Amino acid sequence: MTYIGIIITFVFINNFILTQFLGLCPFIGVSRNTESAVGMGFAVIFVMSMASITTWAIYNLILVPLGLEFLQTITFILIIATLVQFVEMVIQKVSPALYKALGIYLPLITTNCAVLGIALIAVRSEYNAPESFVAGFAAGVGFLLAILVMSTLREKLDKEWVPKCFRGVPIAFVTAGLMALAFMAFDKALLKNLLG
Amino acid sequence: MFNEFSKGLFKENPIFIVLLGLCPALAVSTQVINALGMGAGVIFVLLGSNIFVSLLKGFIPEKIRIPSYIVIIASFVTIVDLVMKAYAPSLSRNLGVFVQLIVVNCVILGRAEAFASKKTLPESILDALGMGLGFTLGLLLISLIREVFGAGTITLFAMGSFDGVVRIPWLSANPARVLGLASGALLVMGFLKALFNWLEDRKERAA
Repeated sequence: MTYIGIIITFVFINNFILTQFLGLCPFIGVSRNTESAVGMGFAVIFVMSMASITTWAIYNLILVPLGLEFLQTITFILIIATLVQFVEMVIQKVSPALYKALGIYLPLITTNCAVLGIALIAVRSEYNAPESFVAGFAAGVGFLLAILVMSTLREKLDKEWVPKCFRGVPIAFVTAGLMALAFMAFDKALLKNLLG
Repeated sequence: MFNEFSKGLFKENPIFIVLLGLCPALAVSTQVINALGMGAGVIFVLLGSNIFVSLLKGFIPEKIRIPSYIVIIASFVTIVDLVMKAYAPSLSRNLGVFVQLIVVNCVILGRAEAFASKKTLPESILDALGMGLGFTLGLLLISLIREVFGAGTITLFAMGSFDGVVRIPWLSANPARVLGLASGALLVMGFLKALFNWLEDRKERAA
């Protein structure tokens, strides 16, 4: 598949949150206001791009030659946990401003299933190194797009009257459901029409 | 002691009350069989990790406890993944990447950190069984609603001449297909959570 194809697939057609339910916990938890949603979104893009290329390298250069594919799950989660820690330290050192903006979201990302999800999906789809990187980046952008739209909707919702039992999380789910319905407009046919 | 078991079923139900482990709950709830398979996997991993974390609580240094828990959990997830691939290949295909994603299911790490690392072995076992069953029940409820109304069927295990699919007469001809789609999962979850909020609110007012 071309790079543009991969990007369109992961941002719109297989949007991680709205069609695959990966990364749902931060999506519901951090979408209260736009500012934190954007912070979380960029942190996720960063970690997902790094994670997909790193796990690709470890899987194809170490696990496969040694015949240790069954260690995939355990290796990937350790790589991601280490990577998140490492990224946190580097950002803290290099750019305190960026650290201030993203800092609190970084530890949360280790248990974000979207990150492990993209690593596992890239292996399953047999992507090569640049394709894995692009897929990770695009899936992160898809996450940012969904959480950004969601947070602006929730800020509007805060000003409206909502039945008591629907306040907070339930209405967020219903909103996400309607968003997912809208995202159904993006399907494989779109990709075919665009790229032939 | 029994309370450690029963709290996971209703009062602290991981899916509806604590809102943990939602990604797999929604993603695999298209068919009842997938929900049961996922539930079984989660119960096994939760039981294994709670037992090991509880037994090792004196040995794991405070600072590296989270990575240690993750390694324990990932080992059990690998066991589930390989066993499922060998003995239930079609289930394994249906659940896909979500079997491996049990590793990042926050219910399991949450119980290791909040419960098993502080309590005795029998208490941790009961807690794991209760939380695991509570998770499975929640998953079962979502998948029943989605499959019954979204496809008009209930898919169970195939046995002998029975292909494992129960068809509901009128519904299977006129299903509300939206419930089977991704958005249906989110909508069902939203309405169920609202229902539980309403029930809790009513109980509080009565008390």
